[in-house]
Amino acid sequence: MIQTLSQPWPWWAGGIIIGLTVPALLLLGNRHFGISGNLRHICAAVFPANIRFFKYDWRKESWNLFFAGGIMLGAAIAATLLADPNPVRVAPELAAELQTYGITHYDSQLPPEIFSWDSLFTLRGFVLLVVGGFLVGFGTRYAGGCTSGHSIMGLSTLQWPSLVATICFMAGGILMANFILPYIMHL
Amino acid sequence: MLPPESDFEVRSLDAMCINESQEQLPWYHNFKYAAVGVIFGIAFVKTEIISWFRMQEMFRFQSFHMYGVISTGVVIGALSVWLIKKFQAKTMHGEPIQFHTKKLNRGQVIGGLMFGFGWAMTGACPGPLFAILGTGVLPILIVIAGALAGTWVYGAVRERLPH
Repeated sequence: MIQTLSQPWPWWAGGIIIGLTVPALLLLGNRHFGISGNLRHICAAVFPANIRFFKYDWRKESWNLFFAGGIMLGAAIAATLLADPNPVRVAPELAAELQTYGITHYDSQLPPEIFSWDSLFTLRGFVLLVVGGFLVGFGTRYAGGCTSGHSIMGLSTLQWPSLVATICFMAGGILMANFILPYIMHL
Repeated sequence: MLPPESDFEVRSLDAMCINESQEQLPWYHNFKYAAVGVIFGIAFVKTEIISWFRMQEMFRFQSFHMYGVISTGVVIGALSVWLIKKFQAKTMHGEPIQFHTKKLNRGQVIGGLMFGFGWAMTGACPGPLFAILGTGVLPILIVIAGALAGTWVYGAVRERLPH
């Protein structure tokens, strides 16, 4: 059982669990699935700086911080008790492209060539991690949600602003990965 | 530009909870959401949704994996919402379940493209950020700090942006 669960799960298993999160949060207490709001709650709790956008009672949204805490705990369980010792399998076309950028380690789900403290002090690492992170934070709040709030919750409730947002998420990602990222990776 | 000063308007731009009933419940009731988060977090790691490699494959159309995850999630989510509406299901505390209509604004386009750029660069959307930290990859804190800075700067300049 543990051995089976330790293998990478098929896409449908993840999709079913993510989909069931929507009714679970609604039935437990009328909560709407959406994770990026937590970034706002943390700002509101830690450095609101008298900015109107952060002046609200973040404690009323603390359920979402508990949800995020649960995600961290679940991830820790998966990484220890259900750890998969095999290297990550990657599409051969991608592996060939990544090799030209010097990315050759597949022991973890994140390439150590990018996700390390040393990488922060290279131009490539700084742009990918800091600028990339900034765009995630700024963009999700400007769009009013992320993949969970718009692409899962918004589409599940058939809201067409969420369809617009999801199309833009994908368009941005496709543009970046195919046309801009190759330049960044060579920095 | 921005809707008139009103907290509801400010907050309804967000895909966040604007239901405020049942706040009288004691704080430890929040642990039930943490329990949902645990299952969700395990699925995030084991389905490799936290993987930078999977995101690169998705944006290059080299793998069906992420398309399968997201579309299955939407189908199950939509089916659940349809059932909840059809049977007018109530929460476990007996409250009616409410839905809110999102309004279209330019933020979904401009912000959406910005998030898409960041998503392809970091390979992480906000959910996986928390999950990756949970797996012990501490350098993800750099990305989280960047995302918090981005959220904060958005809050600071929001009233000067087109919406």
